[in-house]
Amino acid sequence: MQNIKQKNIRNFCIIAHIDHGKSTLADRLIEKTGLLTSREMYDQVLDSMELERERGITIKLKSVRLNYKDDNGEEYVLNLIDTPGHVDFNYEVSRSLAACEGALLVVDATQGVEAQTLANVYLAIDQDLEIVPIINKIDLPSARPEEVKQEIENIIGLDASDAPLISAKEGINIDAVLKEIVNKIPAPKGDKDAPLKALIFDSYYDSYKGVVAYIRIFEGTIKPGMVIRMMSTNKRYEVTEVGITTNKHIPVDKLEAGDVGYVVASIKNVKDARVGDTITGDDNPTDKPLPGYKKVIPMVYCGIYPAEGEDFNAVRDALEKLQVNDASLVFEPETSAALGYGFRCGFLGLLHMEIIQERLEREFDLNIVTTAPSVIYRVKTKSGELLSIQNPTNLPDETEIEYMEEPIVSASIMTPTEYVGPIMELCQSRRGIFKNMEYLEETRVVLHYELPLNEVIYDFFDALKSKSRGFASLDYDLIGYKQSDLVKLDILINGDLVDALSIIVHRDKAYERGRRIAEKLKEEIPRHLFAIPIQAAIGSKIIARETVKALRKDVLAKCYGGDITRKKKLLEKQKEGKKRMRQIGSVNIPQEAFLSVLKYDE
Amino acid sequence: MKELALYIHIPFCHKKCYYCDFTSFSGMDKRIDEYIDFLLLEMNLYREILTEYVVKTIFIGGGTPSYIDGRYLVKIIEFIRKNYNLSYIEEITVEANPGTLNREKLIQYKEAGINRISLGVQTLNDKLLKSIGRNHSGKDIIENIKLLRELEFSNINVDLMFGLPNQAVEDCISTLEMVTDLGVEHISYYSLILEERTLMNKWYKEGKIKLPDDDLERKMYHKGVDYLKSRGYKHYEISNFCKQGFECKHNLFYWRIMPYIGFGISSHSNIENKRFCNFNNFKDYFAHLRERKLPISEVEYIDNNMEMAEYMIMGLRLVDGINKNMFKKRFGKDIEEVYGPVIDKYIKEGLLQENGVNIKFTEKGLDLSNIVYVDLLP
Repeated sequence: MQNIKQKNIRNFCIIAHIDHGKSTLADRLIEKTGLLTSREMYDQVLDSMELERERGITIKLKSVRLNYKDDNGEEYVLNLIDTPGHVDFNYEVSRSLAACEGALLVVDATQGVEAQTLANVYLAIDQDLEIVPIINKIDLPSARPEEVKQEIENIIGLDASDAPLISAKEGINIDAVLKEIVNKIPAPKGDKDAPLKALIFDSYYDSYKGVVAYIRIFEGTIKPGMVIRMMSTNKRYEVTEVGITTNKHIPVDKLEAGDVGYVVASIKNVKDARVGDTITGDDNPTDKPLPGYKKVIPMVYCGIYPAEGEDFNAVRDALEKLQVNDASLVFEPETSAALGYGFRCGFLGLLHMEIIQERLEREFDLNIVTTAPSVIYRVKTKSGELLSIQNPTNLPDETEIEYMEEPIVSASIMTPTEYVGPIMELCQSRRGIFKNMEYLEETRVVLHYELPLNEVIYDFFDALKSKSRGFASLDYDLIGYKQSDLVKLDILINGDLVDALSIIVHRDKAYERGRRIAEKLKEEIPRHLFAIPIQAAIGSKIIARETVKALRKDVLAKCYGGDITRKKKLLEKQKEGKKRMRQIGSVNIPQEAFLSVLKYDE
Repeated sequence: MKELALYIHIPFCHKKCYYCDFTSFSGMDKRIDEYIDFLLLEMNLYREILTEYVVKTIFIGGGTPSYIDGRYLVKIIEFIRKNYNLSYIEEITVEANPGTLNREKLIQYKEAGINRISLGVQTLNDKLLKSIGRNHSGKDIIENIKLLRELEFSNINVDLMFGLPNQAVEDCISTLEMVTDLGVEHISYYSLILEERTLMNKWYKEGKIKLPDDDLERKMYHKGVDYLKSRGYKHYEISNFCKQGFECKHNLFYWRIMPYIGFGISSHSNIENKRFCNFNNFKDYFAHLRERKLPISEVEYIDNNMEMAEYMIMGLRLVDGINKNMFKKRFGKDIEEVYGPVIDKYIKEGLLQENGVNIKFTEKGLDLSNIVYVDLLP
């Protein structure tokens, strides 16, 4: 495998909208090139995490080396680099694209081009990648391959006339895809004798080897024994192993310019092998790193608290373990009057947040309470101080604030024209500023809006999907901060301010939100022995009020005869439910209630 | 000698009621004969194990025991008499549904020694009866009770339900009025609970039926309790009422966690720190007995902590609650030593009360008993 010449290497990735068949196509390519037989293969080899498989999205990047022999007997190495498919992971996508010379653009023959696909295609075009269109799902009766080809040409401006018509699911025409990869995508360039220049496009922590970094070599050679240097931190490490990945790691004696593989160098934390960083040799370093590195910064913050106080250490251990593999997750301890000791955690976006929450519950079997997500606000105080606020509780008193600023994103929403009305209404209601509308074709448009990020993180995506019956897609980028009339909305339960429920909102929306949250909490909080007032307040002013009526009945009246076990099971279930609640003052609040501040219920 | 209660399950019905999730089958009449033979086989297997016990009560429940031919019940009771110590027997109850009783059958019961009849009445409102799948009318019930009196059955229970769809408080009270006018000795007055896997639950989830809300449902309960008290009935358990001296002795075994053995499919037993239940289908039940093995599907071992908790949970169902001396006698510990904080907490919240001798629910506590129970679980 090592003897393959640079001209016979192809480094590529697959760009596709969720559900358009990326993973299935990857499976077929793996199968077709004989790496694994279909029997040996799980469904979708590249999506290894359980959660990812369930959600049908790919979070972590990996690469697979495929061996391909063309009709003339010429041998090729095809390195397939997997990319995440969600807007939260845009940066990671851009780094894995940077490791490639080309990309397969998989478009569903029944659905056509989607906004997210488009965003990734533009990222790929920016990186000068060769784009190879593939039309998938042609086996479906509703497939309209010719129209979709036309769409690709009209919308993206790519020549789709040669695009292979395939069905990844049925294994139809996979050979044509392999031929296109070899013929259309250029071989890598780069001098193996030049100073080392390798791009990290993913890394993860292995408990035996330490950090394993996936790399693409642009210049030079890397081999065990040499001392490498991370160019963003200048930290040095001795390489202990380099290799390639098939379905497992295979050590090799060196990786050279054009190769894709992995490196192990006794690195203790993924933070020291950050995605996008450049690795060079310590003896003969390159003078300039590869372009495009940036330290990812969290956009969304929330508090994560153990449902039971004594689990604090367990939550910390779990977060540390997750962080080892996720350089974009940040957390620090914080205290809440309502929830006790916990952590303020930063995420790339809402999806990232939800994934971490689910992993804490599922993989670490923890009961956690999550507070409402918040973005980072900038506050200028009257004393001239500039503050960054990511926890509403830390907001200074209104009288001390000169002005506040909130993050603004530029959002592109692609939708069939029939949903433009409802979507514009939605954006309007979320304080969006309409920029322009582009017609992609007669029946499809892209709407460009400037939206406050704090409006996007509250179930905007769900609302968009429901307004468009699932047809609209969303992509957004942070573009800066804007001054805004923001207030802190507090929630009082039974007279006690519950800090974990406080949110920062635009003044015009405070009443509406306060009312909705109070209504929602009324549904979520079970009846107690006493009536519980729920109030929403701005400062000392109450703007909404609801009451949870006192409990009248909680009794097993029925005679189950001698079946005490059954009675006990019912009680144990009730006890379990009680455990999942947080006691605040004398009120038990279920975990779901803390999320109710998230939902608009439109 | 230790005291024991026996339960015998007859899993046959003419037709399953819409709210019922007990193990019972309709249209399985051809199995009855075979089932009774296996019941006797099971009782025979226990004979050796239970030599140190005297049987105080027998309860034949279902299903509808009165649905099957009277001679089967006679056969069962005769078998028990022959093989168990019945010298101290106090109560033999049979559950009966109106519409399945006749003079001949009742004479058979009487001769077999059955001295208590528990009638599944539910309500005397014909419309409501129909809506919950009962196949008898209010008139049938009244005639049945009169017949029982004529044949000198002097201990009659009626099961009544409240909280039915479209039921009004007035329906509850008028039913109570009629049964108390007939002078029944015992009344079980319990609320409808929708169980998974029942037709009514399905309808409820589909929105086809509506239930009274908690406030109305509690009103039905409290008005009922008040009414029965005014008619001279003693409220002795959350859902049970009786004339002086007519408490259900069999159920007291359950409420006081005393030994009982259940025979027949899906029946439950509690003896010597073990709780177990039988298979709930004919196939496994028969197969085990064919090999002379006890047809037990699950066993739970009850440690001291659990036994105490169960004693509290079941005992508090009794309106007189738990006698502190009895607790100490049984467990060798003061009740406060084990449950002091929970008891104090709920006395403060007005759910429990104590009078030096007993710890019991307040009126409010009877409505909210689960809240206390949850904290009593180990």
